[in-house]
Amino acid sequence: MSIIVESASKRFGDFVAVDDVSLTVPDGSLTAILGPSGSGKSTLLRIIAGLETPDSGRILIQGNDATSIPAQHRDVGFVFQHYAAFKHMTVHNNVAFGLKIRKRDKDEIDQRVRELLALVHLDGLADRYPSQLSGGQRQRMALARALAVEPKVLLLDEPFGALDAQVRKELRAWLRRLHDEVHVTTIFVTHDQEEAMEVAEQIVVMNVGQVEQAGPPRELYEHPKSEFVMGFVGAVNRLGSLFVRPHDVEILHHPKPGADEAMIEHLVHLGFEVRVELVLAGGDGLWAQITQAEAEQLELQKGQIVYVRPSRGRVFDRDDGRPSGDDTPSTEELQAA
Amino acid sequence: MSSAATGTSSAAPPRPAYWPRLGGAALGRGLVVGYLSIIVLLPIAALVVQSTDGGWSAFWNAISNPEAWWSLRWTLIASLIVVVINVFAGTAIAWVLVRDRFPGKAALNGVIDLPFALPTIVAGVTLLALYGPNSPVGIDAAFTKVAVVMALAFVTLPFVVRAVQPVLMEVDVEAEEAAASLGASPFTTFRRVILPSLLPAILSGSALAFARAIGEFGSLVLFAAFIPFKTEVMSGLIFSQIGTGNLTGAAAQSVVLLAIALVVLLVFGRLTKWSLRHAG
Amino acid sequence: MLASGRLSRWGLRSFALGYLGLLLLIPLGMIFFRAFEHGLGTAFDSITTPDALHAFYLTGLVTLIAIPFNTIFGVGCALLLVRTEFRGKALINAIIDLPFAISPVVIGLSLLLVYSETGWFGDWLNANGFQIIFALPGIVLATIFVTVPFVVREVVPVLHEIGDEQEQAARTLGANSWQTFRRITLPAIRWGVSYGVVIATARALGEFGAVAVVSGRIAGQTQTATIWIQEAFSRYDYTGAYVGAVVLAAIAVSILVAMNVFKRKEA
Repeated sequence: MSIIVESASKRFGDFVAVDDVSLTVPDGSLTAILGPSGSGKSTLLRIIAGLETPDSGRILIQGNDATSIPAQHRDVGFVFQHYAAFKHMTVHNNVAFGLKIRKRDKDEIDQRVRELLALVHLDGLADRYPSQLSGGQRQRMALARALAVEPKVLLLDEPFGALDAQVRKELRAWLRRLHDEVHVTTIFVTHDQEEAMEVAEQIVVMNVGQVEQAGPPRELYEHPKSEFVMGFVGAVNRLGSLFVRPHDVEILHHPKPGADEAMIEHLVHLGFEVRVELVLAGGDGLWAQITQAEAEQLELQKGQIVYVRPSRGRVFDRDDGRPSGDDTPSTEELQAA
Repeated sequence: MSSAATGTSSAAPPRPAYWPRLGGAALGRGLVVGYLSIIVLLPIAALVVQSTDGGWSAFWNAISNPEAWWSLRWTLIASLIVVVINVFAGTAIAWVLVRDRFPGKAALNGVIDLPFALPTIVAGVTLLALYGPNSPVGIDAAFTKVAVVMALAFVTLPFVVRAVQPVLMEVDVEAEEAAASLGASPFTTFRRVILPSLLPAILSGSALAFARAIGEFGSLVLFAAFIPFKTEVMSGLIFSQIGTGNLTGAAAQSVVLLAIALVVLLVFGRLTKWSLRHAG
Repeated sequence: MLASGRLSRWGLRSFALGYLGLLLLIPLGMIFFRAFEHGLGTAFDSITTPDALHAFYLTGLVTLIAIPFNTIFGVGCALLLVRTEFRGKALINAIIDLPFAISPVVIGLSLLLVYSETGWFGDWLNANGFQIIFALPGIVLATIFVTVPFVVREVVPVLHEIGDEQEQAARTLGANSWQTFRRITLPAIRWGVSYGVVIATARALGEFGAVAVVSGRIAGQTQTATIWIQEAFSRYDYTGAYVGAVVLAAIAVSILVAMNVFKRKEA
């Protein structure tokens, strides 16, 4: 079920939450809306769900204008950050809720609930109450509940935000697997770029109510259209007007064209990788990311003087942060940086 | 309630109305306003209108004649005395309920609400049994000013206690310990560390107690009676005025009583907010 | 811990217990004593006269009529205050709290001024054969007036605390307003509502001043239990008065117990 957002805007009093946003979500895809707090991502999701009405613009679900249809009739599944579990109902009744509302036959409901609980690995817990479940289990129950009525779209609002780091990682992988199995168009909102990069097929980056860029994770990472996207989607160093990823910083022992002199301030060993914190001649800081093997080969030491050269970088137009140069800077640009 | 640009997106924005269509909410509002108007506002309006029935002279006379004036002063004085008693007794009781440990404390905690649940006439009968003409311990305070104070203290008992209790439970014990480690005596610690945070609660509890006290009627009927120039509080005076058919006078006295209650609640409401800001 | 001086702790405890004992507990014990002083038989007889029975019956009837009104109003109004946005909430809140600030006698007077023969609606009521003052409807109106705030005030904080995410979730699952209210909201607020109903009931049972004014206190007809107790006392039927007081006190105590139970369930 493809979703098209056409020029949607929403403000709350003086605060503009969503500013003329347009985007397309392909049928059956797994899309992440990524952005910092206040970027409007949750509001956009709620507009798609019908929990908020846009001030202007349209929402099209599979070609039909759904803008004035309330959440109740939009046939969307919604999963909340804090689960929104029906506290006074058992897990079984939570999951069965949507089916009971639709007055399905009792046996049919029981069968479907059992299937779903098996799907989310909560079988055996049907008679428990949400308060007796862990956070991860509650969220899986919420997912089962949303999927029970076979929604056209599945929307998740920071679904793993309230969970421990370990549980978060597990559920991320699990969501991706679930999507592979169930194939329902899924949109989830997150502020965690790692989560978006790991799970989604398409990422929509939002900032202050606007879409900065939309595309597959790889494209966003390697061809960011703006300063903001580049910095949000991964770590970045700034050398003047050149933006360089830490693993695109080459460390050399001898001066070469385009390389700057720098001193190693710190070497942080992070397991497989080593973070090299450097300071340039002008006093600016910068850090490089290299593998343990490379570090050993270079025999790096704290206090050493080395030469750093970006193997790749991007320049963005000063005024609007939009890209002006292409990916691989020319030698002149490197020398100027 | 618009969230700041850096606020979390799931925070403040007003949720869609519970009834999603604007019509539904408007209907609900209309029903609520209508209900309140008929049940509460209409009678109050009639009261105010009646009080003006004889013009300003009748109004003024209703409250300035000797009996009424005495009654008004006595009502306010008695209520004030009771508020002071409640501040000390209420805070002490709240303290014991929160900080102390002894068998039966839970039951005692439940008893505090008894004056809320007990009919006022029963309160009067209760006091009469022990402190009236047939007192087994020989104390006969019935029909005296003391009886008025006792009855008012009885019915207002829970107000300060219940206002102070939750605040006391939240008091930062570590702040007290810090004060003690800096050499403060228990009393000083109480005065400078705890009391400031209790002040808003004490103020609001006192305001409620005062407003309740000046209007109290049922507990006084049997225990103190309404003897003019001796124990007659305003509610009793108003009652007798109704009985003799002087509705305008009764209405005027009622309006004054109500106005005092509202002013007190308003002023104390402001004071409470002010002290909450400065409670630290 | 503060006030750890054993003397001050004991001093405070004695003061608190003494105050409560002398003002509340011992007097309460006394009415039980006085009620049964002349034997169970006498006590029973004094409370089972036709007038007495009618009085208790009337109190029960009035309460049974008045409380549902304010329960429905309370829940609806709380939903309005918490789940919708509009101007004038402060005013509505102030009006709801008004019954707390008004003396019962004043409430009775104000009702008199509207519904009595000489009141605002007097002519119309007379013409259509309705009797409000000195009859059941007047007592019911007075009781409704004094119990307006209780259920609202208990449900509002509960609604705030549970938030509306569950309700939103129900909507995305296809539930309409009524289904959401019945299946999600109501179960979530049921202990708050119960608590409010229980304290409103206590207030209704104990109402005296307003009823004293609007009822005419006609024995066997418009006397409620509280009025009957006062009246018994004034004709020297002390046993009757004490027994009546004991009955109402016993009801009040069971209400207190119910309050505690519901308060704990709310948590």
